[in-house]
Amino acid sequence: MSIKGKAYLAGVFEHPTRKADTQSLAQLHAESALGALADAGLTKDDVDGYFCAGDAPGLGGLSMADYMGLKLRHIDTTETGGSSYVIHVGHAAEAIAAGKCDVALITLAGRPRAEGMATGTAPRNYGAAAPDVAFEYPYGPTVVNQYAMAAMRHMHEFGTTSAQLAWIKVAASQHAQHNPRALLREVVTVEDVVNSPIIADPLHRLDCCVITDGGGAIVVTRPEVAKRLNRPLVKVLGAGEAVKHQRGGKIDLTHTGAVWSGPAAFAEAGVTPADVKYVSIYDSFTITVLITLEDLGFCAKGQGGKLVADGNLIAGVGRLPFNTDGGGLCNNHPANRGGLTKVVEAVRQLRGEAHPKVQVKSCDVALAHGTGGSLATRHGSATLIMGRE
Amino acid sequence: MSPQERPIPSPPVNPETKPFWDAAAAGKLLVKKCSACGERHHYPRAICPFCGSERTEWTGASGRGTVYSYSVFRRAPIPYAIAYVTLDEGPTMMTNLVDCDLDAIRIGQAVRVVFKPTEDGPPVPMFTRA
Repeated sequence: MSIKGKAYLAGVFEHPTRKADTQSLAQLHAESALGALADAGLTKDDVDGYFCAGDAPGLGGLSMADYMGLKLRHIDTTETGGSSYVIHVGHAAEAIAAGKCDVALITLAGRPRAEGMATGTAPRNYGAAAPDVAFEYPYGPTVVNQYAMAAMRHMHEFGTTSAQLAWIKVAASQHAQHNPRALLREVVTVEDVVNSPIIADPLHRLDCCVITDGGGAIVVTRPEVAKRLNRPLVKVLGAGEAVKHQRGGKIDLTHTGAVWSGPAAFAEAGVTPADVKYVSIYDSFTITVLITLEDLGFCAKGQGGKLVADGNLIAGVGRLPFNTDGGGLCNNHPANRGGLTKVVEAVRQLRGEAHPKVQVKSCDVALAHGTGGSLATRHGSATLIMGRE
Repeated sequence: MSPQERPIPSPPVNPETKPFWDAAAAGKLLVKKCSACGERHHYPRAICPFCGSERTEWTGASGRGTVYSYSVFRRAPIPYAIAYVTLDEGPTMMTNLVDCDLDAIRIGQAVRVVFKPTEDGPPVPMFTRA
């Protein structure tokens, strides 16, 4: 069964805060939910399906349904790190197509800044029972030095350069200057990026995303519901998900799970990379974007450096506009999980509601891709292709 | 300070992996090999991740390998090199590169295992220039 055209993205919301000193985590989820429901023209009483991931407090979906007063007949708490919410859109479409719910709500929120979390630079320990922890944690794997190993290998195999990676941040900053809510609005140059301090070889400070509090939400509905609402119609065309891991020690850091999730999504949508007018690509680091674009088929493996260079990702300048809100590199990375905001900006583009300076003309097909976990060990990849009706 | 002075967290040991850590305490590197499909894997499991067989056995490894990738974490209070090393026996494992010039590390370098003490657990395998 295909989900093509069977579910619509009726409401989206990006929480305006970037530092939530005065709000609780549950409150941020609920404020985001209300924002997306208001965007759609629905209320919480219309919701009968709820989706959340590991950032939700307490018992996740149970705690948030209790807090928000939701009456549910479908719940899904799939957890694949920052890509969870892109997967949730696909799962919501599946549930709607199967008649399991009519209005699906997806929420994300977090307050790593208010809590002073060392997001990317302290090793994360998922507990002694994690089967990998004894064989990784003693070596000090942080988010940034793991992604850095993927970058180092890509440079070794394909000759990718720091300057090419820097173009990704440059493009994001060109877009962020037009976003009044972006954490970093200053336009930067390739020289600024490569001259910023090295955090973990070969990644510089400006190769890394921002740390922000906040959240977001998405409302997915069946077509009949969406068509009653007074909003531009954006529908799901195809979705793909995949898990990439270490394969028992047969490690290949040159690709992500997008090599599987991408083709699945394109096949379901019945489109090719050439049909895509806008891409939201999870940009935890510049290298994440480069490898993902290769894996999704926007260029051949190893040619990502050439694809992203010379402004090719800048709206109105290059051939593949990306992350026109400034992305995680400049705008927002709520809860250290960037998948949800990727979908939000893609919906803005398809509706024609992006900032006029970055709005892509005749944007009828857009792609959002999430990468959650670590490029170097295990991650969930999710590709979502959406169309304007 | 030299990189190996970074305090090394102790690996949690469980019944499934205890032989690996007992061998590490004796200065030996073990790798799991599947008797059914013949594949070696790392990190070690009771059940082969390739064929699903429970007939996995501990085998000795030479402790020699090559650097697959690495990154020197410059921002850390004591910079250190995380790496993936591909063992001569096949599997690639996460590790640290130690007792060497961090600026001279390159992908493809030959390395050999050394065991480094942890805070209050068994020593862990790390690698240095061969």
